[in-house]
Amino acid sequence: MSADTLLPQGWELVVGLEVHVELQTNTKMWCGCSTEFGDEPNTNVCEVCTGQPGSLPVVNAQAIEDAILLGLALNGGVAEVCRFHRKNYFYPDLAKNYQISQYDVPLIHDGHLDVDVVVSDDAGEESIDRRRVRIERLHMEEDTGKSLHVGDTGRLHGADRSLIDYNRCGIPLLEIVSRPDIHDPETAQAYLRELQAIVQALGVSDARMEEGSIRCDANVSVREVGDELGTRTEIKNLNSVRSLGRAIRYEAQRQVAVIEDGGTIRMETRHWDESAGRTETLRVKESVTDYRYFPDPDLVEITSPADRVEAARARLPELPAAARSRLAQAGVVREQAAAIVGAGTLGWYDDAVRAGGDPQLVANWLAGDLVGQLAAAEVTLEESGVTGAHLAELVGLVADGTLSTKLARQVLDGLIEERGAKTPAEVAKDRGLEQVSDEGELRTIVERVIAANADTVEDIRGGNAKAIGALVGQVMKETRGQADPRKTNELLRELIG
Amino acid sequence: MSDPSLTSTTALELARRMRAGEVSAREVVDAHLDRIAATDGVVADGPVWHGRDAAELGPDDVHAYLAVTADAAREHADDIDRRRAAGEELGPYAGVPLALKDVLTMRGAPTTCGSRMLEGWVPPYDATVTTSLRVADVVVLGKTNMDEFAMGSSTENSAYGDTRNPWDLDRVPGGSSGGSAAAVAGLLAPWAIGTDTGGSIRQPAALTGLVGAKPTYGTVSRRGLVAFASSLDQAGPFARTVEDAAALQSLIQHHDERDSTSIRDTVPDLMGGLVGDVAGMRIGVVRELQGEGYEPGVEAVFAASLERLASLGAEIVEVSLPHAPSGLPAYYLIAPSEASSNLARFDGVRYGLRVDAPTAEEMNAATRAAGFGPEVKRRIMIGTHALSSGYYDAYYLQASKVRTLIAQDFRTAFGEVDALVSPTSPTVAFGLGSKADDPLAMYLNDVATVPASLAGNPALSVPAGLAEAPDAPGSQLPVGLQIMAPLKRDDVMYRVAHAFEQATGFDWRPRGPRAVGHGADTTGEVAR
Repeated sequence: MSADTLLPQGWELVVGLEVHVELQTNTKMWCGCSTEFGDEPNTNVCEVCTGQPGSLPVVNAQAIEDAILLGLALNGGVAEVCRFHRKNYFYPDLAKNYQISQYDVPLIHDGHLDVDVVVSDDAGEESIDRRRVRIERLHMEEDTGKSLHVGDTGRLHGADRSLIDYNRCGIPLLEIVSRPDIHDPETAQAYLRELQAIVQALGVSDARMEEGSIRCDANVSVREVGDELGTRTEIKNLNSVRSLGRAIRYEAQRQVAVIEDGGTIRMETRHWDESAGRTETLRVKESVTDYRYFPDPDLVEITSPADRVEAARARLPELPAAARSRLAQAGVVREQAAAIVGAGTLGWYDDAVRAGGDPQLVANWLAGDLVGQLAAAEVTLEESGVTGAHLAELVGLVADGTLSTKLARQVLDGLIEERGAKTPAEVAKDRGLEQVSDEGELRTIVERVIAANADTVEDIRGGNAKAIGALVGQVMKETRGQADPRKTNELLRELIG
Repeated sequence: MSDPSLTSTTALELARRMRAGEVSAREVVDAHLDRIAATDGVVADGPVWHGRDAAELGPDDVHAYLAVTADAAREHADDIDRRRAAGEELGPYAGVPLALKDVLTMRGAPTTCGSRMLEGWVPPYDATVTTSLRVADVVVLGKTNMDEFAMGSSTENSAYGDTRNPWDLDRVPGGSSGGSAAAVAGLLAPWAIGTDTGGSIRQPAALTGLVGAKPTYGTVSRRGLVAFASSLDQAGPFARTVEDAAALQSLIQHHDERDSTSIRDTVPDLMGGLVGDVAGMRIGVVRELQGEGYEPGVEAVFAASLERLASLGAEIVEVSLPHAPSGLPAYYLIAPSEASSNLARFDGVRYGLRVDAPTAEEMNAATRAAGFGPEVKRRIMIGTHALSSGYYDAYYLQASKVRTLIAQDFRTAFGEVDALVSPTSPTVAFGLGSKADDPLAMYLNDVATVPASLAGNPALSVPAGLAEAPDAPGSQLPVGLQIMAPLKRDDVMYRVAHAFEQATGFDWRPRGPRAVGHGADTTGEVAR
């Protein structure tokens, strides 16, 4: 669905996103506790992250460097001083009842992210539209613990009691706030996906929505085109890119319906119910919460990070967008380029091309058959032992006719089974998978097939060119699939005349 | 009965006698435990003795300690004696006992901060100060009483009852470190650790005739110091002599990478400057920290102190800290603001008191209503208000600007003089209960001490003489001289204090009709 059909004529959707990314530093933001996900509750805790009286925070320098790295990747400016404030509010999973965050001076300001959205015109012709989403700020803060409500619903309401796991409390968290530059669900999804890809490419977080290491809230409002911004609602519990799109779509239509019915939109936080496919009121913001921000006196300002910025810039890797356009320039089709960059298999692509593989042919495998074959073997590319050099060799063997595509798939399966211990040529040889392209041998077989299928031959001579396929099939059957299809075709045409 | 001279001498003298083999660490500890059992109002049984509840305290009980770690202290002393006997190299003050303010964490005993909120809470870690003391083999006798969460100037805000002034058991010892002050003045420990946020070491030192120092902010690690106002809190020594105080500060001043506000520079040598000489030094008298509000007796002692410094060859000049008069209101906005956030963690969820209620929010509220005393609640409310949107600029931000101006005033003044002096407290020790219902009168106790706190400068109080309390004709109570020095020049204030002390010859032993008895009198002799 495109923006044009989402809302009635004359209405415009306005969305801003707040994305939280948990950094995968070895230790927490203010103490030496592990950040490991999924450990036994309250095992990765100490006096600092459980807010024991007298404990003090000490900043994790790695977290600041990672944040600067991401800020640079998002084209943001880096603040000259890194200053932390306290955001005061009571909540049981917030150990100190204040969150150390940033307020007046975020570490990163005024960035942007360009995202590509596929749009189709009236004729159904698809094209790429590049859209810029401005980023207001990226700031550092700490994650909270997790509350577990024991009772009927698992939600706070109606719970008998609550348990708290502080393992997550104090894990470094980045909050990335976009400007309300998004006007359709697809752009919101593309933004989140791109952000995820960048974070992963930088290696600062695994950015898994299902583990909560990347989380997204959407601020959604609607207005009649040309009007001031409408009242926004904040949508929470978006657990996938798909949910984000669905929730925005639902909420936009709900808001328009409310307004067209003569109602007004309340400033509120709404919960996305994935199974019901709708948003519902979580809490109404009757007044702006007063967090009583003030500079955290336990921390000192970290001044002149100029050298840090340069160090971070130097370790900035190629970003996903640049990688995709490099692949496109090398002749790789857009979807495959996106798939390779998105799947994190760019390294294999580059190795294969460096080893002489044709870019498009390598991409075909990397974004195509290989994905399914790995899935079937239940291994990752890394675990499979298949290298870029293997892929280059494989596409070479197909190109020179040694292997058919079908045989190449079998070679690849063999390669995966061997965990890359052999080369494709060795696998093909060991398993007798080389193509029959010896002209003498193939000619004998083709002659035998022609002799045995006189009717079909007559049919072809009579003008039914398509019938030649049946004879190719026969040759393949005789050679157990190892005949070079191109040569078989040539020979058949030659001998039938 | 143990040798009474062991509880009425200096820390350095005790250390010397232990090094010389004249007395064991165990004997020194036992002498103090005996006196604590006899005069402090503790229930002296079990491994950790507890101070009696307020209602059960006798009229002559000092009530300096909330908890006495008797078994641990004896064991530590025995261990020191064993190691000394084995010829092991020990620290210079090994075996000297000490009283620790109950705001610093120490494993093995409760840390209450004088509050019901933390009743029975045994911390899971040691404060860096506690660790430093242990490394030096200083023997901790116990945890001392204090105004709840260090908020107060009389120790009457403790949830566990008042501490009494050893000079007059019907008067306050000052606060908030009143328990530490009373322990040292009352012969219950040769020296002690207190904490000072706006004067909480200096003012009780002045009121009990002791030396008490607030180091430069950042000199002593705050890790394990339960925060009242993080940007102001600083631990420091109480002692009977300047030399003892300098020695004790030397043990605890060092960089701590686990406190972000800890100073990285190498700290000055405090002991080397104790030469008894201030000739040629320029000493500034702060114009704004005298006059109205200062008792005549205090002013007279202060005037005599200036003459004494001049007679030692110091040049006395008048200096202005023009923004100092705004120090008290600025302090009483900044400190409560930070406190309102620092004390938010006491919510009944993880430790300390919990008053059950149907929801977490109601449980938080019920716990805080029951756990905090009135002064703590007052300051949380003031601080919450001062940080609220719409008031932040007028209160917290404005106070922060005043703070910056006061720091500039100090820098300017120290361009002209080597040290600054003022009375430490505008009054001598006042009667128990006399100001308890008047928070503003209580806050005025800090008028002379808060400027250095806001600026971060080191400041100490050294006994300057005795003066009559206005409400008790003929009484003789201690008066302190405050000496302030440039940032990170704690050595300068100790040098001036030492020379002044040598010339003054103040006798630290409490005396007067309601003073604690000191066993030394019975021997007719006091080791000093």
